[in-house]
Amino acid sequence: MIDHQKTEVEFDRSVLRLRCLSERVSVRVDADWLVVGAGILLVAGIVAITSLMSGTYPIPAIKVVRTLLGIEDETLRMIVVEWRLPRVALAFLLGACLGMSGAIFQSLTRNPLGSPDIIGFSAGSYTGALIVILLFSGGYYETAAGALVGGIVTAALVYLLAWHRGIHGFRLIIVGIGVAAMLGAFNAWMIREAELQVAMSAAIWGAGSLNGLGVEQLIPVMLAVVILLPTTLLFSRPLRQMEMGDDVARASGVDVNRSRLILMVLGVALTAIVTAAAGPISFIALVAPQIARRLTRSAGPTLGTSGLAGGLLLLIADWVAQHALGVQLPVGVMTVSIGGLYFLFLLLREGRK
Amino acid sequence: MTGIGLPTDIRDRLQADTLTLRYDQRTISSDLSVSIPDGAFTVIIGPNACGKSTLLKALSRLIRPSDGQVILDGRDIHLMAAKDVARSLGLLPQSAIAPDGISVADLVARGRYPHQSFLRQWSSADEAAVANAMAATGVTDFSGRLVDELSGGQRQRVWVAMVLAQETPILILDEPTTFLDIAHQIELLDLLADLNDEGRTIVAVLHDLNHACRYASHLIAMKDGAIVAQGKPTEIVTADLLQTVFNLPSIVMPDPISGTPMIVPKGRRLTGTQKQCLSTDRTGTSMV
Repeated sequence: MIDHQKTEVEFDRSVLRLRCLSERVSVRVDADWLVVGAGILLVAGIVAITSLMSGTYPIPAIKVVRTLLGIEDETLRMIVVEWRLPRVALAFLLGACLGMSGAIFQSLTRNPLGSPDIIGFSAGSYTGALIVILLFSGGYYETAAGALVGGIVTAALVYLLAWHRGIHGFRLIIVGIGVAAMLGAFNAWMIREAELQVAMSAAIWGAGSLNGLGVEQLIPVMLAVVILLPTTLLFSRPLRQMEMGDDVARASGVDVNRSRLILMVLGVALTAIVTAAAGPISFIALVAPQIARRLTRSAGPTLGTSGLAGGLLLLIADWVAQHALGVQLPVGVMTVSIGGLYFLFLLLREGRK
Repeated sequence: MTGIGLPTDIRDRLQADTLTLRYDQRTISSDLSVSIPDGAFTVIIGPNACGKSTLLKALSRLIRPSDGQVILDGRDIHLMAAKDVARSLGLLPQSAIAPDGISVADLVARGRYPHQSFLRQWSSADEAAVANAMAATGVTDFSGRLVDELSGGQRQRVWVAMVLAQETPILILDEPTTFLDIAHQIELLDLLADLNDEGRTIVAVLHDLNHACRYASHLIAMKDGAIVAQGKPTEIVTADLLQTVFNLPSIVMPDPISGTPMIVPKGRRLTGTQKQCLSTDRTGTSMV
C-alpha cells in the first residue's frame, strides 16, 4: 500500500483516478475539466432559459422552468417547448459539433488557425448550395444535400492534392487556402450571374442562420450527433500522440495515416451536419477549442470541453442575433463578429509578449 | 554486459535482413543486414546522410523496406501490429515535438499509449511505469513544470523518460545528444549506460566519436548506406577506419579515463599538411 502511494505520479494539478472491474476499466480525469465542463453547462443553461424567455411574447423565467417541468398550461407549452426549445437545442448541438470539429483540426494541424474551413469544406459547401439554388432552384433539403456533396467533394479533393508520402498539416493548410480561394472566386461569379431574387436567397443561406429551424431539423441532427460524438471520442485517442510528431506517434503504435484520415472524415462530418442544417456558421470551430484550452489550462486536444464551449458560443450568438439588436440577424453574422474579436484578442496578446 | 554481442548472433531479438531502403526513387541502402546484440549499448556512427537515421527508422517500423525484412523476435516487423511492436521497441526520433503548454508528467504519461486502450486509460501499471521512468531519469522533482520552461538537458531527459515509460526491452535513440552542451551530453549518456546496465538493449546514433567509443559496447560504422565495420570500439576503431568512413586523417590513442579509443582529428592547418597532399597522408596516420 505504501509502495503504491509512492508510485503515484504528481501532475501539476489535481487529477482524479478512477479504476474498477479489477482495473479492466481505468481513467484519469483532470479535476479542472469537470469544473470547467460543469461551469459551461451551467452558463449554457442560463442562456438557454434566457432564450426561451425571449421573443415577441416574453415569458418570465419562473414560468419557463415550470413549463419545462410540465406544470403550466398548453399555450405556454406550445410556445416554449414546441416553438422555442428546438431552436435552442439545435444551437447548442450544432455549436458543439463545430467546437469538436475545430478541436480535431487544430490538433491535427498543430495550428490554432486549423478548422474544417482549411480543407475547403465551407467554400465547397457554399459552391454546392449555390449550384442547387441557382441552377435547380432547390428548396431547404435540396440545398442541404448540395452543400453536403460540395463540401465533401472539396474536402476529398484538398486531401488528395495535399497528399505527399502521407498528409502533413502545413501542406494541407496551403492547398486548402488555394482551393478555397478559387472556389470563392467561382462562388462570387455565380452570384453575380444570378437573378437578384435568387442571389438574395443564396446570400441568406451563405450567411448561416438558425431562422425557421424547428423539430423537423432537430431530430435528424440529434440522430447524427448521437452517432458521431461517441465515434469521435473513440477514435480521438491517437490525436494526443500525433501532436508529438508523426514519428513519435508511429513509434508508439499509431497508424498515423489511417488515424488522420478517420479523424478528418469525422471532423468534416461534424461540420457537414451544421452546414446542412443551418448553412455555413464560421469561427465557432476556430474559437471554441482555444477557449477550452485556456479554461482547462491543458495541453493536447480537449474535444469534450471544446464541444461544450462551441455549444455555449452558438447559444449566445443566436440569442444576440435574434433579440439583442432589435433586428433578426443571421447567426452567422454574429459568429463572424465573435471571430473578429477573437483575432483582435490574439493580436493584442501577441503584441504584449 | 559488454561481452555480449556477436555481430551475427542468430538469437538476437532485433535484426535486419538484406534490407533495401528507399525514399521515393532514391536508394539509401541496399542489401543491408545487421543484428542488434541483445543487452548491448550499440552506437551507430557515420557521416551525415549515410543512412543512419534511415536504418533506425526501418528497425523501428517507421518506414517499410522496399526489399528484405526487419525481424523482431523471429517475426517480420511489418506483419506485427503496430502496438505490439511498440511494446517491445521504443524510439526517440529527432523530430519529437513537445505540445504547447504540456507538463513533464503529462508528456511522460504519453509514453504509455501502446499499453492503453479506450477502457484502460490509466491503470496502476501506467502510474507505476511513469513514476519509475521519471525517477530513473531524475525528472521527478519537476514533474509538474511545463516542458517549454526546462533547459535543453532537462527536456531531453524528459523525452527519454517518455520512451522509458513505454517499458520496452529495446530503446532506439536518434541523435539524443545533439543540441546539448558537453556536460548534459555526458549526463545523458551516463543515464543511457545505466539503463543499459539494468538490462535494456540500447541503440543510438551519436555524432561525437569519442563518446561513441567510450559508451558503446558495440559500434557500427556506416558509410553510403552500408556497414563498413562493427564490433567493440577497441577492436575496430583505427585511423584507417576513420579515414575510410569520414575521410578524416586522425590519430587514435587510448582515452586516459576509459582506455577506449580516443580520436584526435589532425585537421589541415596545424599539421602543416598541404591541401593537395591529403590523400597521401594515409601512411602517416596508420603508423600511429
